[in-house]
Amino acid sequence: MGMIVSIEEIAPAFKRYVVESPEVARKHEAGQFVIVLMGEHAERIPLTIADTDPEAGTITLVVQEVGKSTMEMGTMKAGDPIQVVGPLGKATHIENFGTCVCIGGGAGIAPMLPIARALKDAGNKVVSILGGRNEELIILRPEMIEASHEMIYTTDDGSFGKKGVVTDALKEYIEEHGKPDLVIAIGPAIMMKFVALMTKDYEIPTVVSLNTIMIDGTGMCGGCRVAVGGDSKFVCVDGPEFDAHEVDFDLMMKRQRIYLEEEEIARKRFLEQHACRATDGVEVS
Amino acid sequence: MAREKIEKKERMKIPRQPMPAQEPMDRIKNFNEVALGFTEELALAEADRCLECKKPKCVDGCPVGIDIPGFIVAIQQADFEGALAIIKKDNTLPAICGRVCPQEDQCEIVCVTGKKAEPVAIGRLERYVADWEMAQEGEVKMPELPPASGFKVAVVGSGPAGLACAADLALRGHKVTIYEALHKPGGVLVYGIPEFRLPKKIVQEEIGNLEKLGVEIRCNFVIGKTASVEELFSEYGFDAVFLGTGAGLPYFMGIPGENYIGVLSANEFLTRVNLMKAFAFPDFDTPVRLGDNVAVVGSGNVAMDCLRTAKRLGAKNVICLYRRTRDESPARLEELEHAEEEDIDFRWLASPVEIYGNEEGLVTGARVQVMELGEPDDSGRRRPVPIEGDQYDIELDQLIMGIGQGPNPLVTKSTKGLELNRWGNIVVDEETMMTSIDGVFAGGDIVTGAATVILAMGAGKKASEGIDAYLRGTAEASKTA
Ligand SMILES: Cc1cc2nc3c(=O)[nH]c(=O)nc-3n(C[C@H](O)[C@H](O)[C@H](O)COP(=O)(O)OP(=O)(O)OC[C@H]3O[C@@H](n4cnc5c(N)ncnc54)[C@H](O)[C@@H]3O)c2cc1C
Ligand code: FES
Repeated sequence: MGMIVSIEEIAPAFKRYVVESPEVARKHEAGQFVIVLMGEHAERIPLTIADTDPEAGTITLVVQEVGKSTMEMGTMKAGDPIQVVGPLGKATHIENFGTCVCIGGGAGIAPMLPIARALKDAGNKVVSILGGRNEELIILRPEMIEASHEMIYTTDDGSFGKKGVVTDALKEYIEEHGKPDLVIAIGPAIMMKFVALMTKDYEIPTVVSLNTIMIDGTGMCGGCRVAVGGDSKFVCVDGPEFDAHEVDFDLMMKRQRIYLEEEEIARKRFLEQHACRATDGVEVS
Repeated sequence: MAREKIEKKERMKIPRQPMPAQEPMDRIKNFNEVALGFTEELALAEADRCLECKKPKCVDGCPVGIDIPGFIVAIQQADFEGALAIIKKDNTLPAICGRVCPQEDQCEIVCVTGKKAEPVAIGRLERYVADWEMAQEGEVKMPELPPASGFKVAVVGSGPAGLACAADLALRGHKVTIYEALHKPGGVLVYGIPEFRLPKKIVQEEIGNLEKLGVEIRCNFVIGKTASVEELFSEYGFDAVFLGTGAGLPYFMGIPGENYIGVLSANEFLTRVNLMKAFAFPDFDTPVRLGDNVAVVGSGNVAMDCLRTAKRLGAKNVICLYRRTRDESPARLEELEHAEEEDIDFRWLASPVEIYGNEEGLVTGARVQVMELGEPDDSGRRRPVPIEGDQYDIELDQLIMGIGQGPNPLVTKSTKGLELNRWGNIVVDEETMMTSIDGVFAGGDIVTGAATVILAMGAGKKASEGIDAYLRGTAEASKTA
């Protein structure tokens, strides 16, 4: 059983959790994730590890509040118990490739952090392209700056960095500096899909980290399966990282939406209940 | 209270006592246990049917060799405590095995009463005494523990193999820690077999008893990830390791359309419903897709559990697609009969060859190939062969693959020097249950491939003997060396 050590809001709807989990902290390698469970009624949610402190026995998770479970997680407090299992999945293959472009979109910046760091430590030149809707949503900037040699930012509204999407910045980078040796992209499926399409044209080896629906995270259910190079792969054990040019993103996006209706029911119900509880304590004058 | 003995001749005249059960049309609306268990009266009458054979065939039929006439005679005398003590000598989990063992293929198939009449309902009697114990007021009597041996053993996996191994090791004075990947212990007993067949309360009770023996259970701990087998020795200080990680890897058929939404493994379906309680969504957070038309491929216990679960979740048409016939169906007979009573549409000699879906990626149907039985295959069963040109389409909202599971490679692949067979199962010495690695033992589905609860339990128990001998022998020698 783990415990929440601290929670901090780092951007609108983004929270950073430091969680006590000595065994996971000790074994974690870049690219791996954990499954978190908040209690008897809860679902098992996969979350990528953003950082670890093996000495302190803690891991850092950066969570965007999108659905019922992540919102509920946001109501927890330091000292609350939380179940954590991991580290799961395969670690990122790290070696000195040369120049690596690390593309992080939205919540995908968090899992990118340990990967960028490991690549830098292995002697690579790390160019990070971080994208978000606006400046506030480009999270973990100081940490990413430290893990990179060069930073490029894009925002949808142009409030920060270049106006546009990460693929625009990637194209620009390639045209100016030539092809990097490796591209890693983590973010919304649609972003990863377009990165993959672009780097395929340029013939640049590209890795993506997939975030499918999961239950056990240990290869037991097959609920996380995706088609890679025509074969069925289990993201939780065969991945989460795959050759971007082999992934069937369209199928994956469809599969991510399996429980959209149920997610909406759960989210609404949570918001209603939560609103009630919030007003319970309010004194009516 | 001593009961009078009945003449052998008279015994044959007593009919096999029926198992009280929930009515089919009621039970498909709930998840409560279907078979309600014998009353004392029924149990005594059933016990009286035993002929107390001099050379009891049933004992040979039992994978763990329970003294069956012994415990039945105790029941005849209404000595339920005595009956239980006899069973527990060989079976650590009678309340579970009494419910899920395929008795009709084991002890009951060879029962001498069964030659002329129906066999004695051995499984039901086993369940009766185990339930009797649980119904008694106060604490279950725990056996005395011997003095601590000073040895530490890690048991990986908390299915029947791991539970049985842990219990026996604890009773031999060893300090045992169970490591379980999921958040609840019990293995298939918890995530696979549904509540209506095996109430989770019973599994919890057995696990509670294990904890009373001093066994520590660490859930959310994946061996091969959170710690490796090597680290269990080097960092965690264990003297021996038992691997009981089961057959958790779901198989798919490899036919077109398998990634459509609504095609899922039996493991996923059952885990959502049993372990994550998706039937109570949104009170529980994990959802499960519901459809009107559900097909399950396969006809073993796993498939039966999926079919009957789908029915209980409200599916209107629940179809079983099996490429052989009812006679070859590997499910327990009772489950098959219960499924038939529950209005499941059995299509024997039928196998899907393609799955259809729509634009949104949702499954819409399947093409079914009609089969016939040909020559016997390696397993001795007649091989199903497709009848050319004989295919038909069915409409579907959900298709569940219940065609079997293989060994999960998480532990086996991450452990250097562990000998596996060509299916990926762990190879063990059949006497000691030791693997190719010194001090590492294994048993249950991870060794045999998907089998039964009783075999897994028996293997765990056997391994505990091997481990005990190993610890007291080899390890002792190395300590003095
Ligand atoms: C749906 C279903 C219905 C069944 N019905 C029957 C029946 O009616 N009668 C019958 O006799 N048999 C039945 N069986 C078969 C029976 O359940 C199995 O043969 C038996 O449970 C095997 O026991 P085991 O201990 O080897 O493995 P399991 O019960 O599979 O337990 C293995 C445990 O190990 C854990 N584990 C795996 N890998 C790791 C790891 N790396 N680290 C930590 N933990 C790990 C798993 O999470 C699991 O909890 C059924 C099986 C299923 C799936
Ligand atoms: S989450 Fe179950 S197999 Fe990957």
